[in-house]
Amino acid sequence: MRFAVLVFPGSNCDHDCYHAVKHVLGAPAEFVWHKDKSLGDAEAVILPGGFSYGDYLRAGAIARFSPVMEAVRKHAARGRPVIGICNGFQILTEAGLLPGALRRNASLRFICEDVWLRCETSRTPFTRGIPPGDRLRMPIAHGEGNYFCAPEVLAELEENEQIAFRYCDPEGQSTAEANPNGSTAHIAGVCNREGNVLGLMPHPERSCEQDLGSEDGLRLFASALEAVAR
Amino acid sequence: MAKALIYVTYKRGVLDPQGEAVRGALASLGFEGVRGARVGKYIELELANGRAEDQRAQVEKMCRELLANPVIEDYRIEFPGEDAPPPGSGA
Repeated sequence: MRFAVLVFPGSNCDHDCYHAVKHVLGAPAEFVWHKDKSLGDAEAVILPGGFSYGDYLRAGAIARFSPVMEAVRKHAARGRPVIGICNGFQILTEAGLLPGALRRNASLRFICEDVWLRCETSRTPFTRGIPPGDRLRMPIAHGEGNYFCAPEVLAELEENEQIAFRYCDPEGQSTAEANPNGSTAHIAGVCNREGNVLGLMPHPERSCEQDLGSEDGLRLFASALEAVAR
Repeated sequence: MAKALIYVTYKRGVLDPQGEAVRGALASLGFEGVRGARVGKYIELELANGRAEDQRAQVEKMCRELLANPVIEDYRIEFPGEDAPPPGSGA
């Protein structure tokens, strides 16, 4: 199966994503420029992190109008895997492909550190190989990762099993201390109702090799590979 | 040329981290009596000439589709001078 890694002006994790799936996982991958109208024969799409369009107006607000986003919308509507990481998550919420929004961190600081995540559902292609309750170690690096949704939307997310990851402590408990940015209900990642579109603030592509401190992120890409192969 | 002034702020009930920081800073400077502060964006548009009601509808649409994120933000639009009496009306 082939991965498409989107490249927006200001993307800066595109090469990390490409490296993770192509060289570490060993799957075919290609870059797709934001002006392209087609995703080629890619079966899974990665919206990487960065500062697309300089985060002008709001993070992800302008990128969502890129020509390639129409192809992403169609890809998602066909039930195929889409993952947005960090700025990619912000773009997917701005595009309405995922619920909620990302606000400025509660501390107002840009936070760059390793965090623990607890997987909450195996229903997305990227988590089908990760049993709920498993803890993963990954870095975060963002200024606007403070997830927000209205209480009625949160109830829907819980009801439909759309919360994919929560911040937790090393023991797997979600506490205020383990929540780095003030996110509602300690949410680190959500999926759409159908489960095929996933967004998360932490960076799985930066935690695919032991040299970088963790291989946990590779489990997401490996899961997607397995999900599509079936 | 008509102008539209747009103010975008976090919705009531959505914690505004920047507003909270400003409130805290004012308190630490000794400005007591500030119960809350909210920080938002100000956007000024210069519009081509056209019918006022069309312009209003257009700017509303711009706010909904791009300028504000309705999940977390509210917006307010002003057309300066619109409510002032026209010149020479003798008021």
